[in-house]
Amino acid sequence: MKKSLFKSLRAYRHQPLSLFLKLLVWLSIALTVGAFVLLVGYVLVMGVPHLSLDFFSLTYTSDNVSLFPALVNTLSITALALVIAVPLGIFAAIYLVEYAKRGNKLVALVRTTAETLSGIPSIVYGLFGLLFFVTTLGWGYSLLAGAFTLAIMILPLIMRTTEEALKAVPDSFREGSFGLGAGKLRTIFRIVLPSAVPGILAGVILAVGRIVGETAALIYTAGTVAAIPDGIFSSGRTLSVHMYTLANEGLHVGKAYATAVVLIIMVVGINALSGFLAKKITKT
Amino acid sequence: MQKLREKLMQGVFLFSACVSILAIILICVFLFANGVPAMAEIGFFKFLLGREWRPANDVYGILPMVLGSVYVTAGAIVLGVPVGILSAVFLARFCPKWLHKILRPMVELLAGIPSVIYGFFGLVVLLPFVRQTFGGNGSSILTASVLLAIMILPTIITVSESVIRAVPESYYEGALALGTTHERSVFFVVLPAAKPGILAGVVLGIGRAIGETMAVIMVAGNQARMPAGLLKGVRTLTANIVLEMGYAADLHREALIATGVVLFVFILFINLLVSVLRRREK
Repeated sequence: MKKSLFKSLRAYRHQPLSLFLKLLVWLSIALTVGAFVLLVGYVLVMGVPHLSLDFFSLTYTSDNVSLFPALVNTLSITALALVIAVPLGIFAAIYLVEYAKRGNKLVALVRTTAETLSGIPSIVYGLFGLLFFVTTLGWGYSLLAGAFTLAIMILPLIMRTTEEALKAVPDSFREGSFGLGAGKLRTIFRIVLPSAVPGILAGVILAVGRIVGETAALIYTAGTVAAIPDGIFSSGRTLSVHMYTLANEGLHVGKAYATAVVLIIMVVGINALSGFLAKKITKT
Repeated sequence: MQKLREKLMQGVFLFSACVSILAIILICVFLFANGVPAMAEIGFFKFLLGREWRPANDVYGILPMVLGSVYVTAGAIVLGVPVGILSAVFLARFCPKWLHKILRPMVELLAGIPSVIYGFFGLVVLLPFVRQTFGGNGSSILTASVLLAIMILPTIITVSESVIRAVPESYYEGALALGTTHERSVFFVVLPAAKPGILAGVVLGIGRAIGETMAVIMVAGNQARMPAGLLKGVRTLTANIVLEMGYAADLHREALIATGVVLFVFILFINLLVSVLRRREK
């Protein structure tokens, strides 16, 4: 191993620039990997010892700063946002792929707006949610307001991934179905959608990841109450918001580390699941 | 009956496709309707170019925050872009296959980590490090820039890698056939061919850096005054909104929404730039 390294370095004897470029590239990736290892490693090392049982107790007190209510809130908001955004996103993608004719002006407009939406920072969504759902519609700080805000935020993501998944379904599937006498609607729901499911799911799971990690859009829409919600109109903080308040107050830094560990574990799981599903499409 | 259902569902699909248009219209209407009157009341130029932000005295100038956002983003670009592009070059052209299987999910994970965790990491690791190495109290433009540089890495790496991979193999092989080394052909033939796409990725990264909120709040110091130096604290546009929205009322509240409008216009401009670059790529 050492000998081959020496040999490969010798090959650069007359190519100082190439050697320099090679070293530069290796240095950069080392920096990237270093940042990742430092970030995740530090949080895990500092956080895992703080994962105690009272941190998961059913009620929040200022003493145990339990993350359980935040976990419940996160799940509720995620479920609500998905219920709103997933059908809309899938239906929109169906329109774009299956119905719209080539060169349709509306399609171009929808694409542009979806792209614009995906570039808008979460704090702007938060402001909009505060102005529209919380104030104008009078929902107050509530899970519902937070969920609607996030639903708009993840809509472009779901549209795009679904579109790609639908496009990947071979036309012969559709033609076969038409040939057997099925209508367009039946073809879409019985033939096209089922074969696009892994791709769509991969996108949905990515969207879940965005929801779980979101803070700025939620502080002024879902609020920061640390309790298990009574219903969709009660305010509640998600895990990320919980983590932010803990870190900001600075009283329970150990618990903040522990929350970070829980969040990272969730994100790792979400990414792995999404990657697994995405791999499934490329195989078939 | 059958026909009716087909038509009905087509209408539903069409409506769903229009939801994103509706959403963007709503966002524009609500932001502008609430923010623009405040700008008019304060005075458009007084608001944009005012050097002081003192809500208690009804003085609202957001120039410090605009500059804060610009400086922090510029710092992130200077630090993050070279590392990001070179990492992408590594992943696309230098990386053994087994290593790629590890690094690729790692970059994806880096993109998926919530910004509060980045902020917290900045707070407990970067901030003390900057304080001890460079002096000052640690929360500064520098700290925020370093943190944002890490945060935009995955965006730049992912976009650049796919663009570099999309460059036809014949370019690379042609350069090799002329007798150059692997490194030279990658850097002087493949990379220039990928330039417009990489640029789009960089601009996307800028958008992410300007829009980032929670991580920046935790490390930037958030003093609403003109930026005074690399090691002094600043407040960004995004931080301004989050920090004061909780208790603001009347004109103060509207001035914060107007801050959001300015941010929104920034982002629209950046989006436009990305789509222009993407089109040129094709």
